[in-house]
Amino acid sequence: MTTIGEHIDTKPALTSLRRKDLLGIADLSPEEIALVLDTAVAMKEVGSRPIKKVPALRGKTVVNLFFEPSTRTRTSFEIAEKRLSADTLSVAIGTSSVVKGETLADTALNLEAMSPDMIVLRHSSSGACHLLSRICRSAIVNAGDGTNEHPTQALLDALTIRERKGRLKGLKVAIIGDLLHSRVLRSNIHLLTKMGAHVWVCGPPTLIPAEMKQFGVRVTSFVDEAVADADVVMLLRIQLERMEGAYFPSQREYFQVFGMTEARLRLARPDVMIMHPGPMNRGVEIASEVADGPYSVILDQVANGVAVRMAVLYLLAGGAEHEEAA
Amino acid sequence: MKKLLKGGRVVDPANGIDGAFDILIADGVIARIGRDLPIEGATVVEIPAGLVVCPGLIDMHVHLREPGQEHKETVATGTASAVAGGFTAVACMPNTSPVNDSATVTSLILAKAAAAGLARVYPIGAVSKGQKGELLADIAELKASGCVAITDDGHPTATALLLRRALEYAGMFGIPVVEHCEDPTLKGDGVAHEGYHATRLGLRGIPGACEALGVERGVLLAELTGSAFHVAHMSARGSMRAVRKAKEAGVRVTCEVAPHHFTLTDEALGTPVPYDTNTKMNPPLREAADRDAMIQGIADGTVDVIATDHAPHHYDEKKVEFDRAPFGIVGLETAVPLTFDRLVHAGHIPLRRMIELLSVNPARVLNLPGGTLSEGAVADITVLAPDLLVRIEAAKLRSRSKNTPFDGWQLRGGVAATIVGGRTVFKNDQIFVEAGL
Repeated sequence: MTTIGEHIDTKPALTSLRRKDLLGIADLSPEEIALVLDTAVAMKEVGSRPIKKVPALRGKTVVNLFFEPSTRTRTSFEIAEKRLSADTLSVAIGTSSVVKGETLADTALNLEAMSPDMIVLRHSSSGACHLLSRICRSAIVNAGDGTNEHPTQALLDALTIRERKGRLKGLKVAIIGDLLHSRVLRSNIHLLTKMGAHVWVCGPPTLIPAEMKQFGVRVTSFVDEAVADADVVMLLRIQLERMEGAYFPSQREYFQVFGMTEARLRLARPDVMIMHPGPMNRGVEIASEVADGPYSVILDQVANGVAVRMAVLYLLAGGAEHEEAA
Repeated sequence: MKKLLKGGRVVDPANGIDGAFDILIADGVIARIGRDLPIEGATVVEIPAGLVVCPGLIDMHVHLREPGQEHKETVATGTASAVAGGFTAVACMPNTSPVNDSATVTSLILAKAAAAGLARVYPIGAVSKGQKGELLADIAELKASGCVAITDDGHPTATALLLRRALEYAGMFGIPVVEHCEDPTLKGDGVAHEGYHATRLGLRGIPGACEALGVERGVLLAELTGSAFHVAHMSARGSMRAVRKAKEAGVRVTCEVAPHHFTLTDEALGTPVPYDTNTKMNPPLREAADRDAMIQGIADGTVDVIATDHAPHHYDEKKVEFDRAPFGIVGLETAVPLTFDRLVHAGHIPLRRMIELLSVNPARVLNLPGGTLSEGAVADITVLAPDLLVRIEAAKLRSRSKNTPFDGWQLRGGVAATIVGGRTVFKNDQIFVEAGL
């Protein structure tokens, strides 16, 4: 087992992620985050070529193991893997052994017996990637585990912000919505605070996790306060079934109190960016006029997802060092 | 057959004894206690210097899993674990399969215990039939067949009304109701203490108030009914406050704390092994202020009993995602080292208080024989080694299950020997090489 952080390179110029897995942003240093983002810029260029393919992961096998439905993330990983020339396969939950009662550990060990190089895991349980990391030799890439982390989402968000603003440091980023059930929130908090952004989080008190202040963020339930002079407003999905848990009374009321409207957005800086990890509920956390408006970078986020995932896979495989060796 | 324990420091809080005494055991009872007793044909057992002879330890909260879950533990393996941990008696919880809500199940457990011939086993019966929270179990029958208390442990008693009835009805037989205090709606699908660490790891939280609400409900009903109410495995500072207040008001309430709740905090969820399912138990490991409140309550006398909530689970069941793993850890073989190391040697309580918490008081709460070295009492005796350096090794535990978060821990204080009814059922070979025990 590789202990988290054990292999962080102390040399000034990093050329690879000296770690077996990407389990979360919590484990990454600012230098490693910058390396992923810089590498993603180069990977983005690959996607603009007529022939969108480089041989970086030729001969490597990547398994996408998705225990939760996902369109965006899975497609994004698959495209990233193919552009790097990896041999990829996606294990669909409906046809896997899990429905027959096999444990996650056994499923992973069986896949492992076929010697894949990487396993990209999406799972509904927090810590599922840590469990796999302890029992698998393959590199584990976290594609979202429960309400813990979704590291590649935070990385693609950071890439998108950096493209527009040229930096992360010093920006006011307001994250608004269901904080309690969001892995995107946790990864973004880790990443943005490590990179020097000022993070505000906002939602109804029923959807704010305990001890949020200890994470180096400002916490408020007043959306105007969160949006005021913000450089970035990031909205999190409100799952419709949350009303059943009495977290808030109705979608209508949520939209009235927290929904991002054009009027509310005027409190932010004139060059504010609107972000959303998707899938969106129009008219609940975000007004359609805002989602489709000039400040929205929501589709840029999706585009950057491919580049960031290419960068992560490439760097975990050894980056430039691996290519030199090969 | 007589046996004479010679030398050693005898600590018997029930009789105010603390000093060098000999103990003569005859026919399974303590025949005499005094200085320089004559040998008179007894087998002499020299107690090495530095050891402590005390009334047998009693763990009043153990899951022996039999009948029905023998892959986790059996009465035989559980009592082997008990005596290795210094316990001469255990009380076992009724959430077996089938539930212990009848003389049939109680008798089966007692028969298995007799066949094993290790620790004494005192079954605790269910409050409700099948622990379903609807009809009262046949409590007179349970008591007559050997049950010493009733509980729906594993879950709280379903309603305040049922708990009231159980207290009233059990009060007639002089047995306490042991309650797993929890408001199930506040617990929801929580898996860890609600706080910084659960937030950081993305684990669904269980607030301390969830337990304290259950304690408040129980003490109010104990006051209403005048019956004896015992709070199981207490973990939250709000619960401690509620028990302290109730005791001051004269309510018949007692409570227990498990070693993991005075030792660990929720920080263990993330380190050294993130999402280690051996840090998952119910009630959960709580934050430092709660852990400190447990130690405070143990030191100031609010807490009556240290009990382990020994909850064996097979490794298959624990080698899963954190939120899918069952709650609970084994505790019988780690309780004495943890109590010595974390409470006695840390200066929170004297040795005498440790023996009250682990022997005198559980005997009193459940009205059991033992808890004393009085002449004529059962010869249930534990010999403690306060300065023995103990390394916890999960793989070597006698329990059938190895689910402990303390694997590899080095602790000061252990068990030298365990004597039940005058018969030595465990001895630590590290100490008694040729002592003849």
